[in-house]
Amino acid sequence: MMLQSSPTDPLLKVENLVVEYVVGGKTVHAVSNVSLEIARGETLGLVGESGCGKSTLGRAVLQLRQAQSGKVLFDGNDLTAMRGEAMRKMRQRVQLIFQDPIASLNPRRRIGDIVAEPLVIAGIKDPEQRKRMVSDVLTAVGLDPALVMGRLPHEFSGGQCQRICIARALVLNPDFIICDEPVSALDVSIRAQILNLLEEMKARYGLTLLFIAHDLAVVKAVSDRVAVMYLGRLCEVGPSEQLFAKPAHPYTALLIEAIPVPDPDMRPAESVAVGEPPSPIAPPSGCRFRTRCPRADAKCAAEVPELRAVAPGQYAACHHPLT
Amino acid sequence: MSGEALLSVEDVVVDLPTPRGNLRAVDRVNLSVGAGRTLGVVGESGCGKTMLSRAVLQLLPKKAKLRGRVMFDGQDLVSIDWESLRKLRGRSLAVVFQDPMTSLNPVLTIGTQLIETLQEHLELDLAAARRRSIELLAAVGIPAPEQRLLQYPHQLSGGMRQRVAIAIALSCEPKLLIADEPTTALDVTIQAQILDLLAREQRRRHMAMILITHDLGVVAGRTDEVAVMYAGRVVERAPTPALFKKMRMPYTEALLAAIPKLDTAPHTVLPAISGRPPDPTRPMKGCSFSPRCRYAVARCHGEKPELTEAETPAHQYACFHPIEIPDAVPA
Amino acid sequence: MATLELDLAEEAVSAPTRKGRRLGVLFWAAIGWMLFVFALAIFATVLPIPDPTTMDMLERRAPFSALHWLGTDGLGRDELSRLIYGARISLVVGLCAPMIGLTVGGALGMLSGYFGGRFGSFVVGVMDVLLAFPPLILVLAVIAYVGQSILNLTLILGVLGIPAFMRVARAATLTLSRREFVIAAQALGASHARILIRELLPNVILPLFAFFLLGVAITIVVEGSLSFLGLGVPPPISSWGSMIGEGRESLDVAPRLAFMPAIAMFLTVLSFNLVGDTLRALTDPRQGAL
Repeated sequence: MMLQSSPTDPLLKVENLVVEYVVGGKTVHAVSNVSLEIARGETLGLVGESGCGKSTLGRAVLQLRQAQSGKVLFDGNDLTAMRGEAMRKMRQRVQLIFQDPIASLNPRRRIGDIVAEPLVIAGIKDPEQRKRMVSDVLTAVGLDPALVMGRLPHEFSGGQCQRICIARALVLNPDFIICDEPVSALDVSIRAQILNLLEEMKARYGLTLLFIAHDLAVVKAVSDRVAVMYLGRLCEVGPSEQLFAKPAHPYTALLIEAIPVPDPDMRPAESVAVGEPPSPIAPPSGCRFRTRCPRADAKCAAEVPELRAVAPGQYAACHHPLT
Repeated sequence: MSGEALLSVEDVVVDLPTPRGNLRAVDRVNLSVGAGRTLGVVGESGCGKTMLSRAVLQLLPKKAKLRGRVMFDGQDLVSIDWESLRKLRGRSLAVVFQDPMTSLNPVLTIGTQLIETLQEHLELDLAAARRRSIELLAAVGIPAPEQRLLQYPHQLSGGMRQRVAIAIALSCEPKLLIADEPTTALDVTIQAQILDLLAREQRRRHMAMILITHDLGVVAGRTDEVAVMYAGRVVERAPTPALFKKMRMPYTEALLAAIPKLDTAPHTVLPAISGRPPDPTRPMKGCSFSPRCRYAVARCHGEKPELTEAETPAHQYACFHPIEIPDAVPA
Repeated sequence: MATLELDLAEEAVSAPTRKGRRLGVLFWAAIGWMLFVFALAIFATVLPIPDPTTMDMLERRAPFSALHWLGTDGLGRDELSRLIYGARISLVVGLCAPMIGLTVGGALGMLSGYFGGRFGSFVVGVMDVLLAFPPLILVLAVIAYVGQSILNLTLILGVLGIPAFMRVARAATLTLSRREFVIAAQALGASHARILIRELLPNVILPLFAFFLLGVAITIVVEGSLSFLGLGVPPPISSWGSMIGEGRESLDVAPRLAFMPAIAMFLTVLSFNLVGDTLRALTDPRQGAL
């Protein structure tokens, strides 16, 4: 039985999620005790560098990855406890868009079939109705159904394939979409097109988005709030403008400062980025960022910092926040 | 612009036969770099920037046909013999590629790869080569260099591997370093470190550098001159400040505008460039950018613009309807 | 407003990756020979050729003539019709045995590659055991036990081929299972069966089919070798292998009796190899495009 939480409750609530897996005998701590909430109609950006666990978190939310502990509540329903038919029904409300648009499409199936697949799985039997729904959604993403439906994925460019993937994600009118690096593999001039498209689709279909990326500027462009992850833990969460204007966590500041700015007058100073991220197999004790943080001290090694409010709506997990 | 050009690419054309027809990867490109200067080459995938770097290094695929001259330090790389070319490569002319996992040999240790290069080009004995390798690894910021000599590429992180690749490239004190998307595969914090490293080494060695990237942000602070490529041609070329402040080519403007920047407010509609890059196997009669250009007029679709000068001879662009000029200027 | 890509019209019409790889003359010659042999085998009974078992003792080892186009063998049987009927046997065994490998091995490979875990390891282990068994000894033992017949021969050769097909299918499935389109299907809530049949099978079937053709070539040779040794199809059924075996006695007088079936076998095996290789080359770089 599916519960419906009240409209003011967050649509997605992740509680103390832990995801670990074993590789070659060693345990990789991909996601360590992450909690977050996404309100209805909001876009939460999740940002971090490679190895921080953001993609794993996205997959774990969708139950595509086994979580060791923790809960994922979608619209009041505990996804971690759902199985079988109930889970399948739930999946129709939550969709996923991937980084590599061409690899996300079965190279041997036609676009019409690929976009219709969610409808078939959902049990929509009438082929005419399916065709109509597929046409509608393809037009919505800016592709001409007549030209597109009979073709194979390799005949399209990266940008077009991503549009097709977005169409596939939208065809069942979901509530929530997780975008896992949707524009990283695309050319710069195409990125803006796809970002605009996502914004437009969000408005049109009333979506809630979790937007995962490593590019801060891209994340800021589409997100209401941003969460920064480092080595499996959340460092900072806050409204986009506020977070970028006044970051509280040293890692956020480091990320912002490292972005190359297309302005020739801003000659980049020698970066304060020190060292390399440690491995998630043996993360540092206490605050995981302490090995690269200029402000680290003994307390940072001893105690794991919790997310604490540093400003209205902004939370940082740091013993010595910047503000 | 100081001094004689160390590298001068003159009217280079690269054609690749493909099952779909002839692909003109590089279409009459002219570029030059002086000693100690950095040239940025910016463009998206398919614009020909990688083929151009391969053409300079004479590392094109077998089926490719190359025309034009590549003058390096007084010699035409296109016409000299294999043996002379081999002596130049690695020694005076070095490369750093995008993916260090594939540009380093995965079955040889770091030490072997470094020492081999040193022995080959500088004819050092093993002990001297080993000492120099340790110095180089330390210079590029790799901690515990003696231990690293015995490690394999897969045991290092991406950033470390790229540093090793840079160390190998710099080992013989090259006069010109070509860095082909050296940081694209790396995280942004590591990217900043690697770019700093390249800039520092370049200043120290008074080395010329060509930095190839798709990221305008990367070239903004770190190059003296920028060339923007589109569909195999150089469409704008200028000293870096002039390119960003006084750009003429609509593509450059559109590219800059389409990048989300940190000071953009969230949810603003980005000025995207409509359409997509042209198919290089189907060359167009007019300007390659015209189908996507908001300033395009009839002339743009019919005729290909040549590079013309802007306010200084150093700033060139190929456009019939450049921006900041109200009426179309006859080329 | 999202920008529309209405210029898709031009790009779409160009229809880029047509399989414009030149399928050379050899490929078409191979296809031609295969079709020719198939046609002869299928229509053998309606062709105006004498019965392959009729012995004409007066015309033994007769040279080419109008009556016997390719002459007769050591027992006066028409060589041409023996070749044609021999083709039937070679093709039946050659096609049916790998078919067993394709279906059983392919299924096992896909399942073990997709599900992995203990089941996958178990399947691979069983296959390894089967592979480790000396095949010739196994064939001899089984035939000695259950008797020589085309059915038994086909079955045993089929079973021996299962591990190879399993490996091909498993390798392809392992690679594909990691690709995002499979994860996308899982994210949509597709059942395992649906993913295996609708997503993975169309991609795995191509390398499997190319391998199948090579398997046919190998099986024809193996059957031929066994029949040559007298361990394959039982007399009086003739296959090319047994004809070569019988032709051994006449090598000094009429070498054509051994060579003609050998040439027929050679050309057929070569054709299957060529077509199989070409198909494999076609299916691999498909994803790599230019």
